[in-house]
Amino acid sequence: MFKWDWDFTWQILPRLIHATGNTLIAALSGYAIAMVLGLALALVQRGNATVLRWLIRELIEFIRSTPLLVQVFFVFYVAPQFGVRLSPWVSGMLAIGLHYACYLSEVYRGGIEGVAHGQWEAATALNMSTKQTYVRIVIPQAIPLCIPGMGNYLVGIFKDTPMLSVIGVAELMHTANAIGTENYRFLEPYTSVGVIFLAISLPSAGLVNLLERYLRHRLGT
Amino acid sequence: MTNLMNMPLQLTGDTTPVVSFRKVRKAYGPIVVLEDLNLDVAAGETVTIVGPSGSGKTTVLRVLMTLETINGGCIYVDGKPLTHMEKNGVLVPASQKYIRSRRSDIGMCFQHFNLFPHMTALENCMEGPVQVLNMPKAEARDRCVELLEMVGMLHKMDQHPSRLSGGQQQRVAIARALAMRPKVMLFDEVTSALDPEVIGEVTNVIRKLVAEHNLTMLMVTHQMGFARDISDRVCFFYGGKIEEQGTPAELFSNPQRERTQQFLRAVKEAI
Repeated sequence: MFKWDWDFTWQILPRLIHATGNTLIAALSGYAIAMVLGLALALVQRGNATVLRWLIRELIEFIRSTPLLVQVFFVFYVAPQFGVRLSPWVSGMLAIGLHYACYLSEVYRGGIEGVAHGQWEAATALNMSTKQTYVRIVIPQAIPLCIPGMGNYLVGIFKDTPMLSVIGVAELMHTANAIGTENYRFLEPYTSVGVIFLAISLPSAGLVNLLERYLRHRLGT
Repeated sequence: MTNLMNMPLQLTGDTTPVVSFRKVRKAYGPIVVLEDLNLDVAAGETVTIVGPSGSGKTTVLRVLMTLETINGGCIYVDGKPLTHMEKNGVLVPASQKYIRSRRSDIGMCFQHFNLFPHMTALENCMEGPVQVLNMPKAEARDRCVELLEMVGMLHKMDQHPSRLSGGQQQRVAIARALAMRPKVMLFDEVTSALDPEVIGEVTNVIRKLVAEHNLTMLMVTHQMGFARDISDRVCFFYGGKIEEQGTPAELFSNPQRERTQQFLRAVKEAI
């Protein structure tokens, strides 16, 4: 019924590529927030503050058990009722960053727990402080263990950025929608979006594999 | 905490032991591992702990390294409490900060070496002096090169642990512990995870330490011949207590207690 229109495809491609830049910025800055926040969540969960640990545990369970879309809507539409008014970009980054922070904190936790117990004891025997032990001994060994999980979630956050289109973040999906409604043609824009996502996701997964192998090699295992 | 009230705040006198366990108790839930243990180690003394598995040998070293907290009594190092600190004239469990201020006197080598896999042999040794003692890197390097030479590992100083044999790793671990200049060295079954043919290279390093350095040493081992050769005193542990102790000659040649005799007989038969 529909015939693929190459001319139309070439014509919309610059706009889609421009939007791809936005998608990448959204994914990467969301991921940066998630990486830092996730580490904080993981460390709190290993700390001694029992109440705080419990609170964070529950928060993580709550966020991991509710859809990202609900959280995006919540931050953008409900937060203003409490006097917090954020732009689509900021609320989008915040929602997706917090969401993935919870997943990443579990990855970090697994990585930290994967470091042999004897390493902690050796650090104690050298009279290292807890901070020194984390920074110098445990985290460098935990990183290679975290890379596969972190890579999965990097691709995951990238694929979840279209959710931000619902609050008006001008990323790839949002732009494809706009193109579609302007021209009454959806085949080319949506197909192109799929191809662009694939073209970025596949090499990323490969790069993550390479990085993991490199880090493991450097660790000497 | 039991029996803390009767513990002295400080040990004084001319012959203050470097390490002193006073009525030390350690239990994991209902399982008592150390029961009212009293053990003094004098400066420069080499004390070996032998005994059947589960008798609490390793725990003695682990509580002294503060890897585990004790449930009763007190451990003194250099006459000052290690596991406890003075507060308003009584002993209370030590804070992390207090423990860190006292722990540098003690060094430890482990059964499974526990070298840091992401660092070379030299970096492993330099880590403590540079990070913990804030020593300038060049000075730490000099000290560690010297120690690696002493343990015969200088030629492998730029290798990561994964490229070293068990015996080589353990020798690096000994150098790493010595780099902190501890007063007391703890050796926890340092040859148990080694292939028989490389045990000698590690025990020889320890023999050298005993002969040439005035270190105080506390060692857990299954190498009876080695224990006999280097120890000033051998303690036979049974059920969380010292069942019998004495010079190697006394304990190995003329054991008084039934359990010691049984144990030594069993060990002999195994060889």
